[in-house]
Amino acid sequence: MPPLIDVRELTKTYRLGEVSVNALQGVTTTIEKGSFVAVMGASGSGKSTFMNLLGCLDRPTSGRYLLDGIPVESLDRDQLAEIRNQKIGFIFQNFNLLARMTVLENVELPLLYKDEDTPDADARAWQVLDSVGLAGREYSFPTQLSGGQQQRVAIARSLINQPEILLADEPTGALDSRTSVEIMSIFQGLNRTQGITILLVTHSDEVAAYADRIIGFRDGLIVSDGPLMKPQKAAEDLVALLRAPVEVPQ
Amino acid sequence: MKKLMSSMRIAFRALTMNKLRSALTMLGIVIGVASVIATVAIGSGATERIQQQIASIGSNIIIVLPGSTTSAGLRMGTGNAVTLTEADARELVAQCPDVALVAPMVRGGAQVVYGNNNWATIIYGVTPDYLAIRDFSVVDGSEFTQQDVEGANKVALLGKTVVDNLFGGAEPVGQVIRIKNVPFTVVGMLTPKGQSSQGQDQDDVILLPISTAKRKVIGINSANADAVNTIMIQAKSGAQIPLAEEEARALLRQRHHLQAAEADDFTIRNLQELFAAQEASSGIMAMMLAAVASVSLVVGGIGIMNIMLISVRERTREIGLRQAIGAKTRDILTQFLVEAVTLSIAGGFVGILLGIGASALISRIAGWATTVGPGAVLLAVFFSALVGIGFGYYPARKAAYLDPIEALRYE
Repeated sequence: MPPLIDVRELTKTYRLGEVSVNALQGVTTTIEKGSFVAVMGASGSGKSTFMNLLGCLDRPTSGRYLLDGIPVESLDRDQLAEIRNQKIGFIFQNFNLLARMTVLENVELPLLYKDEDTPDADARAWQVLDSVGLAGREYSFPTQLSGGQQQRVAIARSLINQPEILLADEPTGALDSRTSVEIMSIFQGLNRTQGITILLVTHSDEVAAYADRIIGFRDGLIVSDGPLMKPQKAAEDLVALLRAPVEVPQ
Repeated sequence: MKKLMSSMRIAFRALTMNKLRSALTMLGIVIGVASVIATVAIGSGATERIQQQIASIGSNIIIVLPGSTTSAGLRMGTGNAVTLTEADARELVAQCPDVALVAPMVRGGAQVVYGNNNWATIIYGVTPDYLAIRDFSVVDGSEFTQQDVEGANKVALLGKTVVDNLFGGAEPVGQVIRIKNVPFTVVGMLTPKGQSSQGQDQDDVILLPISTAKRKVIGINSANADAVNTIMIQAKSGAQIPLAEEEARALLRQRHHLQAAEADDFTIRNLQELFAAQEASSGIMAMMLAAVASVSLVVGGIGIMNIMLISVRERTREIGLRQAIGAKTRDILTQFLVEAVTLSIAGGFVGILLGIGASALISRIAGWATTVGPGAVLLAVFFSALVGIGFGYYPARKAAYLDPIEALRYE
């Protein structure tokens, strides 16, 4: 079976006035369907550019990118939008929920941009909200939810179109450590039980420890790439955290 | 359809989020549309009034006046000659195929007495056809007849102003008034016509049979007993006015034995041309007013563009997110266009109501006739939508072509 993602000699050069910045200098890798990959690296290492290219938000300057067999580098603006809609789910550090819409409407938003109607939109939204543990909050507004709950709404939104791959950019960056583990356990669950491919950008070794494979970036190149022999199990960590005595602030 | 409904819902929410801002933005369109409606109403009111005046003169009318006389080197001006006669009038209607009706008339002033009241007014000696040509009708009593003319009966039709001044509310029909000490029986009161375009009171008048007027009131012209002051001709239709005019000219020249080199001894006036010019000038006036008013509509449109640009900037991240989850260029474009058009059409509707109210107020305070037609309202709706699309397009396009990565990163 061909890999889900196949990139060859991917480069990206930004032009900032007179200066051109080589954000990616020739990245070649493959990512198999069903894998859980953490992408690490310092700021300016090229990992964000790499993720933007994988997410079809941008086109490479040169090189080849096959997503599920589709040559992404040759698609136009609207075709890229369609690929994002159909195959990719995005999760952001700051959730990016629309404050004026209910949880249910936020989750259903990607269905709005599909070409065909979705008659069972509400049922599907209820189901994905239930799967991330948010049953009963369908008609809340994002501002009425905690950070962890908001990120779960964002995950539910990314799942509504049954994507091939989830791209999470620092998904736990704005959350405390316990909530981070909760979110990671949701990701691991989706990866293990539904076989969804997950790519996750993080600074944190603790978060990366839940992945099966870690790719390291520096200066626009992959400098390390290896599988984790024994990934942490988020669900077990969560149980341990729950058992630990909770300090009640006075 | 689903997308449009959703776009409208999103637009409505975005607009109600900033109620004051939306209201102020709409205000520009409201004022623009209201002033267009009001000025068009004033313009079409004026045009309508001119049309009423034309109708009050009668339709398709040609007036024939006698020429000037020269007496001992003094030229006396139009209308002094005694060249037009009742016989001319009879021949005009008999021989000209494009002429419908002809009314000869004599004119004079007289003091009129009823009981203790008296009043100076204009006396017209006419035939029954005059009523038909001038579109006069009788509101009370009845018209006089051809028999009254042939028998020179002492009957009179009174205009409303005369009735008011002589009778002061009493019933005039059947009463006897004295004109130059001759008793006349009032047979009817004319339907009021109001002022003419020159500001004359068209109701300050008494109509008598032409024969009676000549013999008893105005006096028979010593030079020509058959002479009349004016002949009014009604052409069969508006299009036939020039033909009727030519036929009348040819016939009168022939009857007056004029050689080819000689000038006409009469003057023909065509009122239609005069009124066409008046109507055109009031039309131009109305168009200029509307043009000035539409400038404010454009200013309102610029207000919408301004607010939409701010809105696009404020919602850059939202746009980025929508792009990330699959919104195409067209989706974002539609969303912001719908928002701009919603603003402008809502402003348009409020403006229409305000414009109708303002027109009514102008009518009441300034006393100008105003007419708000469905055409003006439709035009206002159309233009406000156009302003929304026109001035909303640039901001919407700007939103639609944002770079999703930069938009998502926008603080």
